[in-house]
Amino acid sequence: FVSLSLQAKMSRPVQARRLEGTDKNIWVEFVKLAATYSKVNLGQGFPDFPPPDFLKESFVRALSGENHMLHQYTRAFGHPPLVKILAQFFGKLLGRDLDPMTNVMVTVGAYQALFCCFQALVDEGDEVIIIEPFFDCYEPMVKMAGGTPVFVPLRPKAPKDGKLMSSADWQLDPAELSSKFSGRTKAIVLNSPNNPLGKVFSREELELIADLCVKHDVLCISDEVYEWLVYDGKEHIRIATLRGMWDRTVIIGSAGKTFSATGWKVGWTVGPNRLLQHLRTVHQNSVYHCATIAQEAVAQGFQRELELYGKPDSYFVQLPKELQQKRDWLVQSLDAVGMKPIIPEGTYFLVADISKFKSDVPDVPDSDETYDSRFAKWMVKNKGLAAIPLSAFYSGAHKNNYNHFIRFCFAKEEATLKAANDILQKWKQEKTSP
Amino acid sequence: MLFASRSFCCLGIRTYRLRTDLLSRSIKLSASATMAFRHKNTRRIEGLDSNVWVEFTKVAADPSIVNLGQGLPDISPPSYVKEELAKAAAVDRLNQYTRGFGHPSLVKALSQVYERVCGRKIDPLTDILVTVGAYGSLFSTIQALIEEGDEVIIIEPFYDCYEPMVKMAGAKPVFIPLRYKNDGNSASSVDWVLDPAELANKFNSKTKAIILNTPHNPIGKVFTREELQVIADLCIKHDTLCISDEVYEWLVYKGNKHVKIATLPGMWERTITIGSAGKTYSVTGWKLGWSIGPQNLIKHLQVVHQNTLYTCPTPLQEALAQAFSIDYKRMDDPDCYFYSLSRELESKRDRMAQLLQEAGLKPVIPDGGYFMIVDVSTLNVDLSDVDEKQPYDYKFVKWMIRSKKLSAIPLSAFCGPETKKQFEKYIRFCFIKKDSTLDAAEAILKNWKKQTA
Repeated sequence: FVSLSLQAKMSRPVQARRLEGTDKNIWVEFVKLAATYSKVNLGQGFPDFPPPDFLKESFVRALSGENHMLHQYTRAFGHPPLVKILAQFFGKLLGRDLDPMTNVMVTVGAYQALFCCFQALVDEGDEVIIIEPFFDCYEPMVKMAGGTPVFVPLRPKAPKDGKLMSSADWQLDPAELSSKFSGRTKAIVLNSPNNPLGKVFSREELELIADLCVKHDVLCISDEVYEWLVYDGKEHIRIATLRGMWDRTVIIGSAGKTFSATGWKVGWTVGPNRLLQHLRTVHQNSVYHCATIAQEAVAQGFQRELELYGKPDSYFVQLPKELQQKRDWLVQSLDAVGMKPIIPEGTYFLVADISKFKSDVPDVPDSDETYDSRFAKWMVKNKGLAAIPLSAFYSGAHKNNYNHFIRFCFAKEEATLKAANDILQKWKQEKTSP
Repeated sequence: MLFASRSFCCLGIRTYRLRTDLLSRSIKLSASATMAFRHKNTRRIEGLDSNVWVEFTKVAADPSIVNLGQGLPDISPPSYVKEELAKAAAVDRLNQYTRGFGHPSLVKALSQVYERVCGRKIDPLTDILVTVGAYGSLFSTIQALIEEGDEVIIIEPFYDCYEPMVKMAGAKPVFIPLRYKNDGNSASSVDWVLDPAELANKFNSKTKAIILNTPHNPIGKVFTREELQVIADLCIKHDTLCISDEVYEWLVYKGNKHVKIATLPGMWERTITIGSAGKTYSVTGWKLGWSIGPQNLIKHLQVVHQNTLYTCPTPLQEALAQAFSIDYKRMDDPDCYFYSLSRELESKRDRMAQLLQEAGLKPVIPDGGYFMIVDVSTLNVDLSDVDEKQPYDYKFVKWMIRSKKLSAIPLSAFCGPETKKQFEKYIRFCFIKKDSTLDAAEAILKNWKKQTA
């Protein structure tokens, strides 16, 4: 005999409702495919070259030093040497005095920083504006916080005659953006430089967003993990430096992207105490502490960079220089075979139009899956080249809007990029020869 | 503003114009001032901002204080563990992202160790999730399975994060205290028990889960098979989940055995068992933990994980995998760190107990874990003149830190609102400390005794 109330309980799903609509994840599938089939993996975003020597040395020093307390808990909101140097460094960049204890918080990667922002600041019924294409986790995180994502697309403008498209050609329509702000809008998520397009928002574009934020009293969650990866002399402008924005912006950064050490999972938030205090509450009730030793090594890395800031030896000068070269190689490789790359102004991602290769993967009408996803899967299985379909970075309703693009990661060794080029060349030859 | 406009209303037209300009500007300003305050915390974290650790770790950070408060070892982790981390960090690929739900070599090593301990097959890919410390496992479990309308039973005293985590998930914590059943002199953690009838009363149709912590922090109780059976029977009867926090699973002293509730009949399918690298290998700063359970529950924890931090640090996971491989191979050998650490801690426990007894205090000897609670009421320290509206043990610990340079943690931090009075004569000491730290504690306690004599 089972009581009615027990029956009712047993018939309910065991999982919480907050998980609804958040279980699908493109990476689980594509990472597995790449692991199984790829000879050249330009899919998931991580470097296949090591972190810089000075960072590895910092780690070794921390490990081999006398202080074995580096293997124990440190300060929950951030290891003191790290928050101090971050406050110093970003204070300089933002032109203000930052308190390491209240204006900085360390997180488990920028990913957890995003999570803290949404949990701390987005309530049920709040709307959050997300610019498409977007780093895919923003949508499920907003949903898990009970919020409603409101999407606004970057729209491609035709490039100048004969030229390749640039990520700068993808732009927001000001009237369209303005129409997305309502009385329920809590925040807008900005990602500049943007993953996957590589767009670096200009001052005018940021001012457009800032004006709307101030007008509607909306917060800005500014994901700036690729802040150092900007090319062609472009400048990464921090929206928090625009008028009226410091008090309403949380800036997010990443040691993984800054120092090519994605596996260390050290990130941070910078912002006014009245916003960060709530992030601290979420943090102390979710993970509480971040691993100590990686924080110690990153602190030393930043110390070095502070001393070398702007100088040719600075990693923040050398890395974008190297990556720009790699970008140009990949652009060339893709253009040579007829895949049309959109030249990114920043990040280590590049999106290319694969329309000319459509004959290899016939359309399947009424398919549940987007064309680019089927294409990317076919490509990794048959050509051994892994990339990510652009539709992965669009909301469900808009997945078919730009379904003939795939995203490549070019933070790879020269040998990897050459191998990619070989695959592409061979593929093109197979297409043109009988 | 309206008041200002009324007081100006007798003046002429020019001032009327000025007044309305001032009025509209001040309305705009006040509107923006009130609008600015709309960005407060979300409902889910309302009232969850204070935290005993933030308060007490700051106070005890002074190096002149002998810190027996926060639960972290000041002994070194075993050298092979540190070496494995150095080896891992030297491999380029291990400085980049690994598998989100757990580094392959680590989940494999965990499945081996726990298959042996549990006596059942554990699939490394579907039955295990690696998290940022056991803390992260507790969070992932609660976010995945608990929501508004649910009740969660928490046994007092409890590791303090259980309550805010349950509240953050929108659920209601239902407390039940361990009660001291003896009147004898030398108290042991075995004397603290749940009243079965009282426990049964706490279960109802809304009870989604019970949180079990064995070995128990702060008392050090190791729940016996019989005690676990009482809990298991209720879980099965009411179709309740069990969140079993077993971070101190290896730290069990002579005459005691750690029993995993998930191994009791009917319990595997409804239990999430949580473990910790920090407590297993004395590396709390690595912040790696894991949840083990049936696929149909773990899959929901994995969804939370992929939407919160996605993946844990790679080199630490690799090093931990290697350390587990080393100790897995010697699980029949007394030199295995799981057993050698326990032996080392048992002698520290005995020393700590003796020091406290000689100082006239009444410690509760723990059967497991690395904490010891002590009844300080016997010292009769009068703190009635201390103004703060805090429980006695909070005031006592602050006084002890200031005047004796010795720190501990007040036990009422680990209690729900109803039981604070019951536990406010106890404080908690941590004894996973090197000899010199315990020597320093001994000096303080001996001196203290002299002063009160």
